[in-house]
Amino acid sequence: MLSEVKSEMLGKKRVAIVGAGVTLFRRNLKETGKELSYEASRMALDAAGLELRNIRSVVMGSAPDAFDGVHMKGEYLADGAGAYHKPYTRVFVGGGTGVFAPLAGWWHVASGQFDTCLVVCEEKMSSCYPHPQFAFTTIFDPILERPLGMNLIWIFALEMNRYMHKHNLKKEQIALVSVKNKRNALDNPIAQLGAKITVEDVLNSEIMAWPVQRLDVSPTSDGAAAVLLASEDVAKEITDNPVWIDGVGWCIDSTYWTNRDLYYPDYVEYAARMAYKMAGIKNPPKEIDVAEPYDPFDYKELHHMEGLLLCKKGEAPKLTAEGVTQRDGDLPTCPSGGLLGCGNPIAAAGLMKVCELFWQLRGEAGKRQVPNDPRTGVAQAWGDLMQYGSVIVLRR
Amino acid sequence: MSAKIKHYPGEALETKDIKEGKVPTEKFRPKAKFAWSTGVAMSRFLDELKNGKIIATTCNKCRRIMVPPRIYCEKCYEPTDGWTYIKDTGVINTFSVSFLAADATRLKEPIIVAIVNLHGASEGMGIIHRIEEVSDWKKVKIGMKVKAIWKPPKERTGAITDIKYFKPLEEE
Repeated sequence: MLSEVKSEMLGKKRVAIVGAGVTLFRRNLKETGKELSYEASRMALDAAGLELRNIRSVVMGSAPDAFDGVHMKGEYLADGAGAYHKPYTRVFVGGGTGVFAPLAGWWHVASGQFDTCLVVCEEKMSSCYPHPQFAFTTIFDPILERPLGMNLIWIFALEMNRYMHKHNLKKEQIALVSVKNKRNALDNPIAQLGAKITVEDVLNSEIMAWPVQRLDVSPTSDGAAAVLLASEDVAKEITDNPVWIDGVGWCIDSTYWTNRDLYYPDYVEYAARMAYKMAGIKNPPKEIDVAEPYDPFDYKELHHMEGLLLCKKGEAPKLTAEGVTQRDGDLPTCPSGGLLGCGNPIAAAGLMKVCELFWQLRGEAGKRQVPNDPRTGVAQAWGDLMQYGSVIVLRR
Repeated sequence: MSAKIKHYPGEALETKDIKEGKVPTEKFRPKAKFAWSTGVAMSRFLDELKNGKIIATTCNKCRRIMVPPRIYCEKCYEPTDGWTYIKDTGVINTFSVSFLAADATRLKEPIIVAIVNLHGASEGMGIIHRIEEVSDWKKVKIGMKVKAIWKPPKERTGAITDIKYFKPLEEE
């Protein structure tokens, strides 16, 4: 009985993305977080031909307050996010925020409560100095972990090593992701680190925390992104090319991260299954035409392709080596250039992936356009203490 | 990005110019300090570390022996059923060799950190700690057996650092 009621309520209204905007991603931007939020939101409004008065609700996504040193950042950013006198919510699930924010926007509209919702994500990592890394140390357990002098890179290194060990992978295989994404970013006007590099460049770059080397990692960045959501009837008035949010999923794993086998992100799989079920996707590798998995580190793209069920466990490096994930491959992956190439203003980076799918599915991605006439795309972000997955499936 | 967009907002600044004060910034350093109560489960755990012992909690329903100990089982969502000592030896589940300190400054001598799955706890139950007494970091392997090296009893304070580090048990 309960499950019948639940399924009847699911997806009450179909929700579309009707506009998108992104700022430049750079190590330091002059604009404040509020100003960046305004710029990205204004772009999304202009793209849809709407004004703020047409917006019924606003969702803001931004990662740890500690980066800005501004507590209750949601309130601080509100005016820039277009929230003046509107229902306003700030959401935060660490690195997963950028894809979670449009999910939160989705339920605003799918519920029938609002026919439009502006979703904006902002990050300024440059405010924390000498390095934002130090702000990250405050995410660790104060009793068990912080006395050890934790560094955020460690948890990635530990996960990467476990992943490599379990599937008997070499660093060469993983470095291919960094090579691909940085090259893809050369075609992206917002990108901070587009470059033509080789596997050898990655292998010869500075060791940060083995097996993580400098070119395995995305940089710290400032930036913002925004998307405009509308209910089906309103979306069709605004544009002939709405991009539909056909699947949403999110899931968190235990915070006891040293009690899990880090080689595989179960929580990403659960989030993906939720989104695919809603979208009616039975065979993800066949039915997904373009993917934007979260790639703050090169191995994370592979890890997340597997969690997203785009291939079998341990198979993502093989697909990468075969060129399947190149822009002109069967499963173009991170055609935007990803975080490795565009930069990683955390929440904004995740939402940038959703913007990229919006443009790809409308055939508007210019030089970055994937040639397979994509109909269905998946974007995913990941965060908290290696435990959070947020997944969105888009269709034209 | 969309092929139609001609201008992307944002004005880049050079880190050097910020450091040299060539662009205006406003600075602030928070003075907040914190003293965390260590909680019901972890207080007992830390007390036992002072005695040179590692203690776990058990759940009779899912039959897990859990470390770090907790007063509830997050899977069964019921109170845990008891306390049990586990060994101070274990196996390296995964490790990293870090040239980075907590503030991202570079270390000349790397530190090795590992998730150690402790013997006596359920499969896969690990804690994070340091590995030392290794002649060459390239010899550290996943699956290596390690043992806790404790501070002398008088120096222990009831903290995770009462274990100084873990050292490999096998011949390198």
